Amino acid sequence: MTAALTTAGLNKKFGSLVVANNINITLPQGVRYALIGPNGAGKTTLINLMTGMLAPDQGEITLGGETITTLPPQQRVQRGLARTFQINTLFPGLNALEAVTLAINEREKVSGQFWKNVGGYSAIIDEAHAILKRLRLGDACYQQTREMPYGRQRLLEIALALATRPKVLLLDEPAAGVPQEESGEVFEAVAGLSSDLTLLFIEHDMHVVFRFASHIIVLVGGAIFAEGPPSEISQHPGVREVYLGKRKHG
Amino acid sequence: MATSTQPVTPQLWLRQQCRWHPLEIVFWLSTLLPFFLFPNYLSLASQIAITAMFALSLDLILGYAGVVSLGHAAFFGIGAYGAGLFSIHVWGEPFTGLLFGGLIAGIAGYITSFIVARFRHLTLIMITLGIGLMAHEIANKAHSLTGGSDGLQGVKIQPLFGVFKFDLYGYVAYSYSLAALFIAFLAVRRIVNSPFGLALRGIRENWTRMPAIGADRPAHIRKAYTIAAVLAGFAGAILTQTTQSAALESISFGRSADVLVMLVLGGAGRLYGGLIGATIFMVARDQFSGIAPQYWYFWIGVLLIVVVMFMPNGILGGLSYIYARWRRK
Repeated sequence: MTAALTTAGLNKKFGSLVVANNINITLPQGVRYALIGPNGAGKTTLINLMTGMLAPDQGEITLGGETITTLPPQQRVQRGLARTFQINTLFPGLNALEAVTLAINEREKVSGQFWKNVGGYSAIIDEAHAILKRLRLGDACYQQTREMPYGRQRLLEIALALATRPKVLLLDEPAAGVPQEESGEVFEAVAGLSSDLTLLFIEHDMHVVFRFASHIIVLVGGAIFAEGPPSEISQHPGVREVYLGKRKHG
Repeated sequence: MATSTQPVTPQLWLRQQCRWHPLEIVFWLSTLLPFFLFPNYLSLASQIAITAMFALSLDLILGYAGVVSLGHAAFFGIGAYGAGLFSIHVWGEPFTGLLFGGLIAGIAGYITSFIVARFRHLTLIMITLGIGLMAHEIANKAHSLTGGSDGLQGVKIQPLFGVFKFDLYGYVAYSYSLAALFIAFLAVRRIVNSPFGLALRGIRENWTRMPAIGADRPAHIRKAYTIAAVLAGFAGAILTQTTQSAALESISFGRSADVLVMLVLGGAGRLYGGLIGATIFMVARDQFSGIAPQYWYFWIGVLLIVVVMFMPNGILGGLSYIYARWRRK
């Protein structure tokens, strides 16, 4: 079976700083992988490279077997590669319903249509509402995004990505900034996503990582340091030292 | 949070956003008042309607898509000269001249949109400013075609529908420009309430998120910019046709700056922002320049500072804020 997403020999430098060093990753279809590593390890940079927001210096990226290394971000999204952002990257002046409708409009290629009323696309709006309800945002969908509580804004991040109907979803710290007692809600939402969806998520909370990930990739200094199932990674002496150990003492 | 709100479907909610408000009907009825109350000011009323249409076109790109332009008069001027030259070299029938003015402004808009769609912030302001300056100097230099600083001579416009002659008092002029403004308004209203209008607001609200939801942002901007150029061209063409002349002023930096000021005064991103702003600006110019012709921009400067300091969303934004607070009480 073709892998959902692969990177081969991905390299990226900012000046003399190596932010991605020969990254080879294969995401089989339907897996849930966690990407962990200390701050500045290049986790978000890797997502930026995969989604086309940064261009790699060398290397190749494939999505469902197709090479996408030079495609602009929107074309990768159209082919089924979506992401969320660590820092809310939403539409402050739109409400949740409008924002998700906008994303579906783009997917369905109706957003160039300038003569019909946006409310006339009934099936699209039903779908937008269904996505919002699934993330428990149904009752807040008429509220302007900037007025939504922060935790709900994090869920809207995921809703926007889901609206593109992704095959591969990259979640950059989906619960970043959410108080620990509420972050469970965000990850319950993630856990409830379709099992066909291939997931790669960045997360700092090791309880969450060990609970939700089937496989863990450890990134240190822009390079893959270790990779394997949670049981293996938790016993990995090097990982304990550079990452897990520090947190235990910290 | 209120739990007992009336059951509204999302479809209905979205449709409600573009329902006609009674105040809008009052507004459009009041545009007919000059015919009865100020018959001596119909020329001014016509200029206001034309300027309002120009501001409406800027609102589509600046107010809705967040694409700032400091050279929008380029398209107004191209429409103005285009309609004038059309009347001299082809024929004086007004509607075909109007379409021609809009068409060539639209072509110019489409060509420049490829540059405009790639930039934002200060870079974009400088690029649009540069385009505006270039257009002005081309019109200035091409003396044999445009008359340069003397203005375009010999514009002759036939009566509307072959019947209504453009008279000295401005009855026909105001009827023509008001009708054009209303049609342009209906068109822009449809556009902003369409999926495309939602995409434009998406660009304004978050430039970087748009590609991440699969949007071809440059294509959206190119389209909006071209539509705005056509509308600006129509406005310029009507100015030429109703005044039977075209001047360098119509393509000047001053006009680009003025229309931006009007839109900010009235409230960008609101359908009526440009209309209200243009009315206030033009009436103020008429009144203040009666008092001290050289210094009237002083008062526009005062008004601009007061409005942006106390009403960041323009006069309409300020009024709707006060109205919303008053209703909550």
